[in-house]
Amino acid sequence: MLDTPVTPTTSALPILRVSGLHKEFPSSNGMVEALRGVSITINKGEFICLLGASGCGKSTLLRIIAGFEKSTRGSVTVYGAEVDSPGPDRGMVFQDYALFPWLTVRDNISFGPRQRGVPTPTVVKETERFLDMVGLTSFADRYPHQLSGGMKQRVAIARVLANDTDILLMDEPFGALDALTRSKLQEELIAIWKATKLTVIFVTHSVEEAVLLADQIVVMTAGPGRIDCQIKVDLPRPRDVSSPEFNALRRDVTRRLTSHVSGGRSIAATADS
Amino acid sequence: MSLETAVAAPKSGSGAGAAKTPAGKAAPRLWGRLKAIALASVVPLCLLFLWDFMVRRTGTRLIPPPSGVATMMWDFAFGGIYDDAYSGSLPIHFWKSVQRVYGGFFLATATGIPLGLMLGRIPLLRALLDPMLSLLRPVPVTAWLPLSMIFFGLGPKSAIFLVFLGAFYPIMLNTVFGVRSVDPRLFEAAEMLGCRGSQMFRAVVLPAALPSIFNGLRLGAGFAWILIVVGEMTGVPEGLGAVIMDGRTLSRTDLVITGMIIIGVTGYVSDRILLSLNNYFLRWSPQHNA
Repeated sequence: MLDTPVTPTTSALPILRVSGLHKEFPSSNGMVEALRGVSITINKGEFICLLGASGCGKSTLLRIIAGFEKSTRGSVTVYGAEVDSPGPDRGMVFQDYALFPWLTVRDNISFGPRQRGVPTPTVVKETERFLDMVGLTSFADRYPHQLSGGMKQRVAIARVLANDTDILLMDEPFGALDALTRSKLQEELIAIWKATKLTVIFVTHSVEEAVLLADQIVVMTAGPGRIDCQIKVDLPRPRDVSSPEFNALRRDVTRRLTSHVSGGRSIAATADS
Repeated sequence: MSLETAVAAPKSGSGAGAAKTPAGKAAPRLWGRLKAIALASVVPLCLLFLWDFMVRRTGTRLIPPPSGVATMMWDFAFGGIYDDAYSGSLPIHFWKSVQRVYGGFFLATATGIPLGLMLGRIPLLRALLDPMLSLLRPVPVTAWLPLSMIFFGLGPKSAIFLVFLGAFYPIMLNTVFGVRSVDPRLFEAAEMLGCRGSQMFRAVVLPAALPSIFNGLRLGAGFAWILIVVGEMTGVPEGLGAVIMDGRTLSRTDLVITGMIIIGVTGYVSDRILLSLNNYFLRWSPQHNA
C-alpha cells in the first residue's frame, strides 16, 4: 500500500511547484534551520496533507506558500508564476479562524470579492451560494462572537471559496474543535472539495485525519524540516475509519512517522488523535 | 445593558436564543432601572443635605445654601428673579461653550484619528513624529495659555485651540494603541483575500482599532469639558467658563456653583451620547459594549 515516492501521472496538470526551499530564522542562539531542501509538485485538484510532528516546519512551509513569509532560498510557483506575497489565488484557512469580528457572517464571506472590486450583483449571488454551501444561510446576520468554533471555521472556508481561490491552504483548521464537530467538518470539506474541484493543501499532525482526507500524504520530519516521503492514499471514498484497510494504512504511516523520532513518543501521542 | 448580555449569551449557536424578544423580561428590567437610579441618587442627596446643614450651622456668607443656588440657576436659565446681567443668559453662554468644546473636540478627532492610524501602521512616520509628540505631551495645556493668546488673540479661537490640545493626545494615543494591538492574523487574512495598500486602513485598521478609538474619544471629550474653563479664561465675554470666572471676580459663589453644575451635567450627557454611539458601532464586540 505504501509506494514512495509517488510520481505524478502524466495527464495531471501541476498547479503548484515548490523547489529547493530553504528557510532559516534568526533566534537568540544563532540561525535556526526550519526547512531544508523542500521540493514538491502538486497537481490541480489534488488533496494533499502535510503531516508531521510539531516543529517539522509544515506550518512554515504553508505560510511560505501563502506568501506570508519569505523563503531563504528556493522558489514557489503557481502556474509557473513566482509567489512573493499573499494573493487571492491562495486562500488560507487559519486554525484560529481569523474572521473579522466587526463583520457579520455574510460580510465576512463577501469581504474578498468586495475588496477586489467584483460587481455587487455578482458578490451578492456568490455570497448566498457559499453561505448555502456551508449551511449558514440562517446565521448570515450573526457576528463571529455569536458562533460556535465549527461555525466560525465554516465561515472561514466560505470566505476563501467566495474569493474564487485556486488553492485552499489549511493550517490545522480543525485542531481546536471537538471530535464530533471535527469529523462533521472533515466530511463537509470533502464534499466541498468534490463540488468545487479545488486543490487543497492541508496541514495536520493527526495521522488519522491525513489518511481520511488526503489523495497524497507528504510526511515531514523535524530538525531541520524536510520531506521524508510522499504516500499515495488510494482508499475509495467515502473512507471508513473502522475498515481494516484504513487501519493498516494508518499503522504504516504512523510507523513511518515514528521511525524518525527518537523514542517515537511525541508522534505516538498525536497519531491517535 | 441586559439586552447586550442576552445577545452575547448563546455561544453554542443553537440559534433560538438570540432572536428571543425580551417582552417577558420588561417588568424586571424596569425595576432594575429604577433601583439603579435610586442607588445613584443616594450620594448626591446626602451631599446636598450635608451642604445645606453645614451652611446653616456655620452661618457662612461665602457659600450659598442649595436653595440659593437653585434660585440662581432658575434665574440664570429663565430670568425674572434678580434681573441682572446674568438673568436668562444661560442659552447664550451654554451655546458658546458647546460650540467651543465640540469645535475643539472635532478638530482633535479629525486630526487625532487619521494621524493615530498612520502612526500605528507606518514605521517611518512613527520614527519621524513620535519623539516630538512625546516631548510635547507632558506640557500642561494651561501652560499653552499665553502662547495660544499670542497665536490666536483674545477670543474664542484661543479657547478652541486649548480644548483641541487637551482632547488631541488621548484620541491620538488611543488610536495608535488600538492599531498596534490588532491581531496580525487579521492583516494576513485581509491580504490573502486581496486587500491592498490603502484599502487596508478602511477595511481592517479602522474597524479593528475602533474599541480603542472610542476609549480615546470618551477621554478626549472629558478633557474638552475640563479645559473649557481654562479656555474661556482668555478674555471671552460669553461661555460657561467665562461665567465662572466672572462669578469668582464678583464673589458670586452661587453663580460659580451654578456654572459648575451645568458643566458637570452637560459633560455627563455628552459622555452618555458617546457611550451609546460606542455601543452601536461596537455591537459586534461583547466585551466593548459598556
